Amino acid sequence: MDWSKHQILEKNSALLLIGILITVAIGGIVEIAPLFWLSSTIEKVEGMRPYTPLELAGRDIYIREGCYVCHSQMIRSLRDEVERYGHYSLAAESMYDHPFQWGSERQGPDLARVGGKYSDEWHVAHMHDPRSVVPESIMPGYPFLAKTELNYHDIAERLKTLRAVGVPYTDAMIQNAKADLERQLDPAAEGVKEFLKRYPKAQVRQFDGNPSYVSELDAVIAYLQMLGTLVDFAKFDAAGPNLR
Amino acid sequence: MTAVFQREEWHAFSDAAALLAAAVCGTIGLIWAVAGKDPGIAFHGAVLLIGSAMAGVYLLDQLRGKARPPEETGYADGVIRAGVIATVLWGLAGFLVGDIIAWQLAFPALNLDLEWTTFGRLRPLHTSAVIFAFGGNALIASSFYVVQRTSRARLAGRWSPWFVFWGYQLFIVLAATGYLLGITQSKEYAEPEWYVDVWLTIVWVVYFLVFVGTLARRREPHIYVANWFYLAFIVTIAILHIINNLAVPVSLLGSKSYVIYSGVQDAMTQWWYGHNAVGFFLTAGFLGMMYYFVPKRAERPVYSYRLSIVHFWSLIFLYIWAGPHHLHYTALPDWAQTLGMTFSIMLWMPSWGGMINGLMTLSGAWDKLRTDPVIRMLVVAVAFYGMSTFEGPLMSIKSVNALSHYTNWTIGHVHSGALGWVAFITFGAIYCLVPWLWHRRSLYSQRLVEWHFWIATLGILLYITSMWVAGILQGLMWRAYDSLGFLEYSFVETVEAMHPFYIIRATGGLLFLLGALLMAYNVWRTIRGDEPVDAAEQPRIAAAPEFRPAPAE
Repeated sequence: MDWSKHQILEKNSALLLIGILITVAIGGIVEIAPLFWLSSTIEKVEGMRPYTPLELAGRDIYIREGCYVCHSQMIRSLRDEVERYGHYSLAAESMYDHPFQWGSERQGPDLARVGGKYSDEWHVAHMHDPRSVVPESIMPGYPFLAKTELNYHDIAERLKTLRAVGVPYTDAMIQNAKADLERQLDPAAEGVKEFLKRYPKAQVRQFDGNPSYVSELDAVIAYLQMLGTLVDFAKFDAAGPNLR
Repeated sequence: MTAVFQREEWHAFSDAAALLAAAVCGTIGLIWAVAGKDPGIAFHGAVLLIGSAMAGVYLLDQLRGKARPPEETGYADGVIRAGVIATVLWGLAGFLVGDIIAWQLAFPALNLDLEWTTFGRLRPLHTSAVIFAFGGNALIASSFYVVQRTSRARLAGRWSPWFVFWGYQLFIVLAATGYLLGITQSKEYAEPEWYVDVWLTIVWVVYFLVFVGTLARRREPHIYVANWFYLAFIVTIAILHIINNLAVPVSLLGSKSYVIYSGVQDAMTQWWYGHNAVGFFLTAGFLGMMYYFVPKRAERPVYSYRLSIVHFWSLIFLYIWAGPHHLHYTALPDWAQTLGMTFSIMLWMPSWGGMINGLMTLSGAWDKLRTDPVIRMLVVAVAFYGMSTFEGPLMSIKSVNALSHYTNWTIGHVHSGALGWVAFITFGAIYCLVPWLWHRRSLYSQRLVEWHFWIATLGILLYITSMWVAGILQGLMWRAYDSLGFLEYSFVETVEAMHPFYIIRATGGLLFLLGALLMAYNVWRTIRGDEPVDAAEQPRIAAAPEFRPAPAE
């Protein structure tokens, strides 16, 4: 092999640059681009819907506090994980997640299906002082969430932004964003029926047990209690049309 | 071009451009400070305004002839000196925060239950401080040093190198304060929000132009191998950063944005970015450092020119594919997982090719390992590089990854690379650079380098061995079944089992921090020009070029 040919690149910074660009582009193009057009990438499932405004506000706090640093939301297709946490996670279940929250570490347990596993009261106590309900826990306490009023003045804009990046929020969802957020905390409120039509399976109740104001804790618990509850696994056939 | 414009006209043009840039940034800062929709962006607007105002005042002073004009001749070393100091200081900050969060995992009361001090907010502060602040400053400073020396040319640009330096520090301050305030987009190692990403893009493009501009004016026919790696690092990081961070802000006056990707595509894009932050920031860039400082310090040529070529092209081609090994057994399609695993295993070869090229450069000079702790640091760095690039392909095998993923084994793996390779090669480069840049005859104390080396090495060993045991134990406990076929351990039992290892790990981190404090002290005394305590024991190469006696041969 004639190694001196490499001098062509070594003596010309523009050619070297072009060579680098081509070399590093290939892998990314082959691995990423097909995910956007191969239809088998995301399974067809029933039940997925965009987050309600309250769940979305809770999710934004989950991101703000860096919960993803210790908690994954991705149950791998391994026997022990499925037995510990439930059905392995489907790509469809995070299709509206901007950004995804699969995580990379488990200092704490996976949360992909934590919804409904614990009561609201448990979550309130756990967030206030994790060791009051799990003595060996190493999670930080988040007592400030219950004390902080939720800031949701721009919730409609947040929905609109998510629509711009592909989440199917309807005009009605965006117009009602603020009211829907408040409705989800009050089963007696007007329009709860329409709200539930917009967001099937949404859970409507006072989450943090303190009706005097909408707290950040309300939003976080609303988010945690819906995680993994949307897809109807009775109707999901992993070996059928979704096989990949 | 020089025929069209005189030197003075270029200066006037660049002065005007710099002033304009300061004015534009100051205005944007003012708008955010006054009209920002959340306290975070208002605070960051004020920071931007103050930074721009300081730059503007300095520039105006320059134009009125009050302040010292920038150096015009020889190598532009001022910006490198600033970069070396920044590297040391950010290193201390990053190691300190790392050790604090290590103790938090052992003793959760240390989270203080305050929003600004929880593990979730401090962990990105630690990772960004060590990768981008410590590592990034080391890369920028060393690349500016290497590209000038190996091209025999002064850095391109009048204000641009200093803009790169200060612009990068501003990026760090915005990112770091943002994490504490809860401003994050939650993509690991790419947490800063949209406006900080835009700022980094601007700084990075200028960095690229300075680097390429310097290469373009080189007076050596060949571009030296270290510069291939630095160039690949700079352009690939630009591509990764821009594509991974594409997002739509909720408001131009607010900090919150949503990335354009979702779910599985976002995961793939993120780990394409994430693994190549390792591959190009923490590997290619620092290999550039290795290819200059190891041969320079050993006073031996690079072992093999051909191996350098094979190493370079195969490394940058293969690395880009490795991302999916972060997503084994997840909802990422199997074909992508298999591709990621296959290329990760292949990556072992170029990695070890580079290690061999670095280590064998010491051929005929192995005795220096005994006498020169600086070269020992550089060489042990290369050895750790070899170890963690063996461990990486191993962990990328799906059946191994099924055990190791999500566990502390990954943390241990990262730190054998980060502490053993990245930090050690940087420490070695700093110990080389400080006497060379500040025109000293030697370091203040070589004995302190010895202490630093052994304390830090002990720290690394405690760190990685405790995390190996912890990670494998954790993985085995998660999948353990009792005789009746039930899962044997609850999750929290596995958390409890980690406690002793977390204490050992945090102790190792403390030792590593202590070593870095010794380095900071040594660097400070050297810069101050204090009488060295053991100048006679130091090799001739420790001295700045003008003080070096002729080679012994």
